[in-house]
Amino acid sequence: MSLLTAQGLQKSFRGLRAVHEASFELPEGTINALIGPNGAGKTTIFNMIAGVYPPDAGKIHFAGRRIEGLRPDQVCAAGIGRTFQIVKPFAGLSVLDNVVVGALQRSPTVAHARAHARHVVERLGLGAKRDLLASSLTLPDRKRLEVARALATRPRLLLLDEVMAGLRPTECDQLIDVFRDMNRQDGLSILLIEHVMRAVMALAQTIVVLHHGEVIARGAPAEVVRNPTVLECYLGEETEV
Amino acid sequence: MNFALHRRATVLLAVLAAALVALPWVADNYLISVATLILFLAYTGQAWNVMMGFAGQLSLGHSLYVGVGAYVAGGLFFHFGLGPWAGLWIAILVCMLLGAAIGFLAFRFGISGVYFALLTIAFAEFTRIGFDHIPWTGGPGGLFLKVAQRDQVDLLHFRGPPAMYYYSMLVLAAGALALCAAMLRSRAGYYWQAIREDEEAAQALGINTFRWKMLAVIVSSAMTAVSGVFFAFYYNNLFPEQIFHISRSIEIILGPIIGGVGTLFGPILGAALLTVLSDGITELLAAFGWEIPGIKQVFYGVVLLGVVMFLPNGIWPPIARRLGIGR
Repeated sequence: MSLLTAQGLQKSFRGLRAVHEASFELPEGTINALIGPNGAGKTTIFNMIAGVYPPDAGKIHFAGRRIEGLRPDQVCAAGIGRTFQIVKPFAGLSVLDNVVVGALQRSPTVAHARAHARHVVERLGLGAKRDLLASSLTLPDRKRLEVARALATRPRLLLLDEVMAGLRPTECDQLIDVFRDMNRQDGLSILLIEHVMRAVMALAQTIVVLHHGEVIARGAPAEVVRNPTVLECYLGEETEV
Repeated sequence: MNFALHRRATVLLAVLAAALVALPWVADNYLISVATLILFLAYTGQAWNVMMGFAGQLSLGHSLYVGVGAYVAGGLFFHFGLGPWAGLWIAILVCMLLGAAIGFLAFRFGISGVYFALLTIAFAEFTRIGFDHIPWTGGPGGLFLKVAQRDQVDLLHFRGPPAMYYYSMLVLAAGALALCAAMLRSRAGYYWQAIREDEEAAQALGINTFRWKMLAVIVSSAMTAVSGVFFAFYYNNLFPEQIFHISRSIEIILGPIIGGVGTLFGPILGAALLTVLSDGITELLAAFGWEIPGIKQVFYGVVLLGVVMFLPNGIWPPIARRLGIGR
């Protein structure tokens, strides 16, 4: 069954066509990647799903419910968590308190939220740093915090916007393991925007390729990376993955 | 916070509380009035801090709520003989509605940052000008409550010796401190701080930012209304020109800024430091026979400059670290 369905999404910014007739669906319990060159409309699609702005046309169904045009907090309440490409930690709060804010979304009490947040912080490998101010974290840790905070809202679908960018390969692999675990153990569905093909190939069961706001290819990773159009537009002839 | 730190903070707080409770036995009326003023500014600063320090919404027009609170309770007493305890609740209600109206206008139409601050100034300013022209308020000539200063404590009519006002303000300031501490640890506290740090990220985590910002404004305006009622029955005279003036708004926010915006003890420490030092300077100069008009304002400016340059987070955070206690 599909968890999220996008049908004919369109978005223009002052005449600039960012997304045109984009349709795809994400089956429940799968990891999917959205790839494409810069300016292809990946983040625009993310923002439409997350409720940052409504699409000009098209529908988004999530878990049997129309969600296009909802506010970001309503989208989160519906069960979609997101990270930001440019990380947005609550700099003046501790690492744990950052995650508590997310955990409160589905916790009846603050004590409950703190317990859940501790668990999530451990899982993302930030346990030793939980009392530090978020502003004192390094970029890889900030990325982990971004993921921890979104995860703490207990989403059914997690939107990851370039969380691997700027990470070293070993750090990247650690995060890949975390996402794989969550997908297998908790049945978490994931949609990731990613340029790091190492992560895409390791995680994604399906890849959607965007170019100039249009979906130019969809399918299993092995097919997509051999698709001539994709090679020409994005990956380049010589790509080996 | 671990147990040892918690205990140290509790001991320090108990010592401070004991000293404040004992003060009227050792101090003369002048000292009591200075202490009352400190507590008044600490309480009002605490109320302002809920909006700016916790939720990140800068109000530069908090004199509005002091003034309206004072005029509602004072006016009802003056015209209809309604006692301060009944007037208090009406003043709180009116200020909450006023805060809600301003908050709604701003947050509904996405007015934020400096533009929000300007809006708060505008409301305070046109209320000041409006009150100058409303006969019910006495206009620019002022509203004077009947003074029946007694040696006996008359809590019902809120009349009594200076120590009664001092203790009332002490209870209010302590209550505000406890309330703020509890709010910070509640869901509201987490959500407010998230909004303060990054509104977009807060919203992505499921926080209805409009609703929680509204709550901050309403709580803050309700708390500030209480300072207004106290002001009316303590000073017994109200002039729009004074009570709504922007300099009063600035006076309210200087304490928390100097003490530490968003901290629990910053507003108290800031109010104490500013009042003691500025009164001290005035006294000192008077002792030498000099009376320099405006010296208080110059002093405020210099202190603010120093704090902004050397302790941009206020003076409380480094002290808290040195004492080994939080917030």
